[in-house]
Amino acid sequence: MSEHRHVILSLIDRHHQQLLAEWLACQKRDARIADPQREKEIAGLAGRFLDQLRRGAIAQADDIQMAEWQPVREVLEDLSRDRAIQGFSPSETAIFVFSLKEPLFALLRREFAIDADRLARETWTASRLIDRLGLYTIESYARVREEVITRQQQELLELSTPVVELWDGILALPLIGTLDSARTQIVMESLLQRIVTSGAEIAIIDITGVPTVDTLVAQHLIKTISAARLMGADCILSGIRPQIAQTIVHLGLELNVVSKATMADALALALRRANKTIIDREPSAATRT
Amino acid sequence: MGEIPILRIGDCLLVSIQVDMHDRLALALQDDLTERIVADRARGVMIDISALEIVDSFIGRMLNNIAAMSRVLDAITVVVGMRPAVAITLVELGLGLTGVRTALNVDKGLALIRNIIDNPERDDANRIR
Repeated sequence: MSEHRHVILSLIDRHHQQLLAEWLACQKRDARIADPQREKEIAGLAGRFLDQLRRGAIAQADDIQMAEWQPVREVLEDLSRDRAIQGFSPSETAIFVFSLKEPLFALLRREFAIDADRLARETWTASRLIDRLGLYTIESYARVREEVITRQQQELLELSTPVVELWDGILALPLIGTLDSARTQIVMESLLQRIVTSGAEIAIIDITGVPTVDTLVAQHLIKTISAARLMGADCILSGIRPQIAQTIVHLGLELNVVSKATMADALALALRRANKTIIDREPSAATRT
Repeated sequence: MGEIPILRIGDCLLVSIQVDMHDRLALALQDDLTERIVADRARGVMIDISALEIVDSFIGRMLNNIAAMSRVLDAITVVVGMRPAVAITLVELGLGLTGVRTALNVDKGLALIRNIIDNPERDDANRIR
């Protein structure tokens, strides 16, 4: 195995400039790079990669997970991170590594033009190495993407649970999106905290933005409502769409809470309970006739 | 072993639980409280649990019991001052304390009792428990 490595290594060493130039040309063609800025950036990365690849190949480690390959892996990780954050697709990212095959195989062909058996063997070794490096690139790309998704989920959780003070002593909790346990926990905590700070006695939970209500979502709603009740605040459920009303009945769910079709109705009820009324300043034309 | 003081505010009684509850203390409290309700002709009982960081099923049951006993003696029980973390824990445990009324603090608890005593029929009409 060490012999094969040495072949690739000496090839890369001897034809370093040529290989780099051809590789960049291949990348430019395959990835259709038009931006000179990006071209320069890729050239820099490619140079770094080749340098590190030479060092990795010296170590003769067959497995790219070994410590000797650490610098090469780092280059690929940097690449994947940049690409993932800039919104490139996985193939656009992996093409960086896979496009090295063409110039490298061409070099091998020139080197072993007379020895078909040797050529096939070396090509196989080089191909295997590049495939592994390519797969590693895609893996780290996916990992970065996953991190981005997790972070966004977290941000979404914090963004999507506002508690609004509609009136003195009346809170509204407009829920958008599906209610899972993690969100219920955050919703509950922020609602209870606001009940403490504002001293509200009525909370309107609006589920207009909740796409479906199944037994689990209902369970979470009931929990939130009971917790608010323990803190001395009564809940009114609003924004129940006709389909959801049907679903609730079909599932046989018992929410045990006052519910209103719209937030406006809920607010009217809340104001009545708080002994407040809203009156028109002047009789409008419609009521006079 | 100290006992839990019962304070009188108008025709209401205020019990503030600030120590760890255990069996004997709970029984003593129930004894004292029922006697005081009868002796003072109290119409309302407020139980302040704002000092409690942990409310378990035992205290939950005790609160339910006190509420049931007071109801028999025609007094309204209101649990006041529950902390958010305690409320979440109770709900997760499945203890909704459905037999007990609740208020955010002593002020609101007093107002709630007053309100219920003043209009008993209206209260039942606009609340679903």
